[in-house]
Amino acid sequence: MFRRTFTTLLAGLSVSAGLMGSAAAAEDMRIALVVKALGIGFFEAAAKGAEEAAEELGDVEIIYTGPTDTTAEGQIEVINSLIAQQVDAIAISANDTDALVPTLKKAMQRGITVISWDSGVAPEGRQMHLNPSSNPLIGNMIIKLAADELPEGGEVAVLSATTTSTNQNIWIEEMNKVMDNYPGVEVVATVYGDDLADKSYREAQGLMQSYPDLDAIIAPTSVGIVAAAQAVVDAGKVGEVNVTGLGLPSEMAGAIESGASKSFAIWNPIDLGYSATMIAHALASGEAEAEPGAEIPMGRMGSLTLDENNQGAMADPFVYDESNIDEFKSIF
Amino acid sequence: MTTTTDASTGRHIPDRLRSPLEARLKSWESLLLLVAIAIFIANSLASPYFLNAWNLSDATFNFTEKAMIGFAMALLIISGEIDLSVASIIALASTAMGAAVQFGVGTPGLVLIGLGTGLICGAFNGVLVTRMGLPSIVVTIGSMSLFRGISYIVLGDQAYGGYPSSFAFFGQGYVWWVISFEFALFAVLAVIYGVLLHKTNFGRAVYAIGNNATGAMFSGIRVERVKFTLFLLTGLMSGLAAICLTSRLGSTRPSIGFGWELEIVTMVVLGGVSILGGSGTIPGVVIAAFVMGLVTFGLGLLNVPGIVMSIVIGALLIGVIALPRLWAKWRA
Repeated sequence: MFRRTFTTLLAGLSVSAGLMGSAAAAEDMRIALVVKALGIGFFEAAAKGAEEAAEELGDVEIIYTGPTDTTAEGQIEVINSLIAQQVDAIAISANDTDALVPTLKKAMQRGITVISWDSGVAPEGRQMHLNPSSNPLIGNMIIKLAADELPEGGEVAVLSATTTSTNQNIWIEEMNKVMDNYPGVEVVATVYGDDLADKSYREAQGLMQSYPDLDAIIAPTSVGIVAAAQAVVDAGKVGEVNVTGLGLPSEMAGAIESGASKSFAIWNPIDLGYSATMIAHALASGEAEAEPGAEIPMGRMGSLTLDENNQGAMADPFVYDESNIDEFKSIF
Repeated sequence: MTTTTDASTGRHIPDRLRSPLEARLKSWESLLLLVAIAIFIANSLASPYFLNAWNLSDATFNFTEKAMIGFAMALLIISGEIDLSVASIIALASTAMGAAVQFGVGTPGLVLIGLGTGLICGAFNGVLVTRMGLPSIVVTIGSMSLFRGISYIVLGDQAYGGYPSSFAFFGQGYVWWVISFEFALFAVLAVIYGVLLHKTNFGRAVYAIGNNATGAMFSGIRVERVKFTLFLLTGLMSGLAAICLTSRLGSTRPSIGFGWELEIVTMVVLGGVSILGGSGTIPGVVIAAFVMGLVTFGLGLLNVPGIVMSIVIGALLIGVIALPRLWAKWRA
C-alpha cells in the first residue's frame, strides 16, 4: 500500500513537472537563447529582447534556457537537450570558449544554426559571433559623451583601470584617434585606479586638485566611474566636473540622480538579445549566410557586417541618462 | 517459498521467514527501479523527443562520468568514510594532462598521467585518514580546496587545449551504434564493482568495517589497509572520470567538474547506501544513476530551468530517504 502511494507520488511529481513546459505550434521556428546562467538580470533583459524579436517575426518560439551555475558542463547538458529537441537555432553566451566546441559542432552537424553572442565560442564551434560593440565604437563613444556636454571645449582627464588592462588601453587608443573630431576638447591626464574602489577614488581626487579647471572625468571601467562620481560629490564639484565613461546602470543610478554624471554608456542587453534572435532567424531560414563580409539584417538594429573571423559588432554602446536610468537600474 | 515437509505430522514448516524472491521484491532497489520506470514512462509521454536511441545515448553522458566515481564512493561510504575531494581530483588530473599535452605527450601517456594523478591524490587522502587518524570529511574538505587550488595557480583564467585527436575517443567515441565508450565503460565498471562488493572477501570486509570497525579489526580484517585501498580506488576513478570529461570537453579549465562531489554523493545516497556506513548495494547506485540521468534529461527536454531540476532532485532525495523512515515510525 505504502509503496503504491509512494510511486504514484513520484510519478505524479515528474508528470506535473512535465506539464510545466508547454508545447507550442510545431511549425514555429524554435530559437534557443542559451545564457551563462539563469537568474542574472543582464540575461533576463536579453531574453526580453529576444521575445520582442520573436513577436516582430511572428512565427518564432523562443526557448530561454541555461544552467543554474556558470559552468561549461551545465551548458553542455542544456545543449544536448536542445539537440534532442531538434531546435532550429542556438544562440549562446558561452561559459567557456573551447569546452563547448565539440557539443556545438555536433549541433551544427545535425543541421542546427549555431551563433554566439556576448561571450564568444571558438570559431570552429559556431557560424558567427555577435559582439555587443567594437573597440572603435567604444573609444568614440566615451569621448563623445564628455564632449557633448562641452560645446565650448574644455579639459578632460581619463581614469582607467590598470596600466596593463588590455580592453581599457585599446579603448583609450581608439579614443585618441578620433580626438580631432572634437575640437577644443583636450585630454590633460590619464591616471590608473587599478579597478580598486579606494585607489580610483584617490586618483579622481588628485585629478581635481591638479587640474582646478577640469570639466570631465572619463572612466572606461565600471569600478572607476562609480568611485570618480563619489569623489566629485564629496568634493562638492557636482555641476563643475562631469563623470562619464562605461558603467552599470544599477551602480550608476545614484550618480545620475545626484548630477555627478550626466550620462554614461554600456551595451544594452535588450538590444543584444533582440539582435541575436534576428540573426539566428535570418541564418536558420536561409535569408542570410554567415560568411566574411556578409550583411545580416537585425530588424530595428539595422544590419550586421561580418569581418574575416565571422564576427560583427552590433552597435554603439547604449547611452544611459536620467531619462532611462530608472528603467534599467533594476535590470543590471 | 522453500518448505520442508515434516513426515510425522504432514505440516509444512517454512525454513526461512521470507523467501529470497519476496525480500528482493521489497528491497530498496526494486522501489528505485519502479521510480526509474515511472520517470521513463512520464518522460516518454511528456516529450515526443525522448524515445529516440541517439537522444537517450546523448543523455547517458549526464551521468556516466559521475557514476564511475559513484561506484568507488559507494564502497568508501559503506566503509564509513567519505571523499569530498573527487571533483577537485578531476580538476587536478585534467590540469596535469593538459600540461603534459604542451610537452607533446601522446594519448597513452595522457591516460597514465590522468590515472596516476588520481592515484596520488587518493593516496594523499588515504594516508591522512588512515595513518594520521584524521576524520575523512575534514581531510577531504581540505584537499578539495587544495587540489583545485593547484589547478587555479597553474591555469588562472587560461585553458589547456590541443589534445591529440585520438584522445577524443574516450569522451566522444562510440563502441557500437549508439553505445558510447563512456557508457560501455560505465557498464563494465558496474559489473566489476558489483562483483568486488558482493562476491569477494574484500567486499565483505568493507561491510564489516562500516558496521563495526573495532569488531572487524578483532576479526582479523586489516581495517586501515582496506580503507586506504578504497581511497586509492576513489582517486583512480576520479582520474578515469577526468580522462573521459577532458576528452569530451576537449579542453581543461580549473573550474572543470565544479560541484560534482555533491551530485556524486547524492547519487550514492539515492542508491540506498547509508550515509552512516554499513549498508548499500552497487545495483542500487546503478539504478540511482539512471534515475538522476533520466530526471535531468527529461526535464531538460521540456526546457525546465536548471533550478527546478535541482529542486526535483533534492525532493527526490529527501523523499526517498525520509518516507520509508516515516512509514516505519508510523507503523510502530
